[in-house]
Amino acid sequence: MKTAGSSATRLARQLLVPAIVLLAWEGISRAGWVSPIILPAPSQVLVRWIDYARPLAPYDPAEGSRLRWIFSGELPHDALASLIRVAGGFAVGLVLALPLGLLMGAKPMVYELMNPLVQIVRPIPPIAFIPLAILWFGLGNPPAFFLISLGAFFPILMNTIAGVRNVDAIYVRAARNLGASEWTLFWRVMVPAAMPYILAGVRIGFGVAFIVVIVAEMIAVNSGLGYRILEAREYFWSDKVIAGMISIGLAGLGIDVGMNRLNAWLLRWHRGVEG
Amino acid sequence: MAAALAGGAPAIQVRGVRKVFSGSEGEVLALDGIDLDVEPGELVCLLGPSGCGKSTLLNAIAGFSPPTSGSIVANGRAVTAPGPDRAMVFQEYALFPWMTVEKNVAFGLEMAKVPARERRERVDALLAMLNLREFRDRFPKDLSGGMRQRVAIARVLAIDSPMLLMDEPFGALDALTRRNLQDELLRIWAKLRKTIVFVTHGIEESIYLADRVVVMTYRPGTVKRIVPVTLPRPRDPAAPEFNALKREISQMVMEEQARHAQAEVGGATAD
Ligand SMILES: Nc1ncnc2c1ncn2[C@@H]1O[C@H](COP(=O)(O)OP(=O)(O)O)[C@@H](O)[C@H]1O
Ligand SMILES: [Mg+2]
Repeated sequence: MKTAGSSATRLARQLLVPAIVLLAWEGISRAGWVSPIILPAPSQVLVRWIDYARPLAPYDPAEGSRLRWIFSGELPHDALASLIRVAGGFAVGLVLALPLGLLMGAKPMVYELMNPLVQIVRPIPPIAFIPLAILWFGLGNPPAFFLISLGAFFPILMNTIAGVRNVDAIYVRAARNLGASEWTLFWRVMVPAAMPYILAGVRIGFGVAFIVVIVAEMIAVNSGLGYRILEAREYFWSDKVIAGMISIGLAGLGIDVGMNRLNAWLLRWHRGVEG
Repeated sequence: MAAALAGGAPAIQVRGVRKVFSGSEGEVLALDGIDLDVEPGELVCLLGPSGCGKSTLLNAIAGFSPPTSGSIVANGRAVTAPGPDRAMVFQEYALFPWMTVEKNVAFGLEMAKVPARERRERVDALLAMLNLREFRDRFPKDLSGGMRQRVAIARVLAIDSPMLLMDEPFGALDALTRRNLQDELLRIWAKLRKTIVFVTHGIEESIYLADRVVVMTYRPGTVKRIVPVTLPRPRDPAAPEFNALKREISQMVMEEQARHAQAEVGGATAD
């Protein structure tokens, strides 16, 4: 569908509905129709969000650089804790899923051996592993890392297997014809040919890992964005709950944009991907 | 002329080749009793309607899919596996889409562990030869069909195989691009004197290119006739001799198609 108008009017059109929703929300809250604990006004959320994000103490050069001071607030701390957790867990999941997926995709023997187990464990949502994870690893970071890795593991594994298995036979023929050994055939042909699938799996895996990190923080850990919004609920700080949710959304958006960029660059050779 | 140069053993020797595919709908006898010699430096076209087994024969020579019985000797060795002594050009180009033009052309040289400097020189020369120099950093998706097939040809020329196997390489191209590439192929062939087996279902294309046209039958695929083409090159498709040959070969192909149509009808009533 084509929409007419300059970029300014287009921007105005795109902002219209969010603005109406925000205004209505503000109006409803200010009119006192609902308790601020149920639904705080957006302006109140914004104030709380700034409070959450800004440094707690005034700048003191003795404490370190200005940059460090800017990021000394509660929100940067929480965000960093969550991001380190999700990145670490994701990395573990990736490092385990990738070689196994490549192997299962390339060797029917390995596939037959491993596939039944994979099919049994895969449909269990990673969240359902929480009780077991706590029994195995106690509270704190270890169960969180375990759950996040698990969440990232299966999407990457499944897509890697599918990617390798779906490599067009014509590339394999061409490579063999040009004298490629089995080893080069695998690394220089199968893996790059499977890359669109693998990267799609990486993206889904990161999405799942991001969901799992929030849940894990609500249950097993006492830091991070997930922990913070649950803590805020204990005090009935619904403005902070929403401020935390918005922060989580922004982090998710940032990750998605970054992933998109990486994808577009890695697949710049691929049809349908514009560099 | 090419045959006279040879003197020794043929470049390709196909003896009693038979190929049966067994699938869900029973068995298909794709090739039966194929005997064919191709002399070193000769350009031979395999001609026949779609489904007559041209690709099957070429794939057997390339070593992708061994015959059910019979033997194939190429470059003095029995064919058991694919290898760079029988370079293949596919109709679908089969370029590696994740590699630039330059990397695609260099691939076979890398496999042969040619040192980087020499590799670069040879790639440069080939890119120049096929007018691809300004496209060296492009990915295949950004090239036209004709350009892609040029890259595919450069890629197999890079490994300097004595033999090129080409499976309807220009089949997907428009008429003008096809003629350009045919001329280019003849120019390269005249210069490098490689043995070429060229599969086509185009009668005119086969007469334009070949020293000999191998006309095949349909189901089973056998050699119906081998027609030598002695017209001097460059050949003129409008010349009377060219047209006489075209009529003669058309006749054979039409006979084959009629026989096949009848067999289909007969098969259908028998079922
Ligand atoms: N892998 C295969 N399995 C079963 N039948 C096949 C296979 N490949 C080719 N055939 C059959 O063998 C015959 C010859 O095919 P092909 O060599 O591709 O013909 P051409 O290249 O002349 O069009 C066809 O009837 C085709 O259906
Ligand atoms: Mg074919």
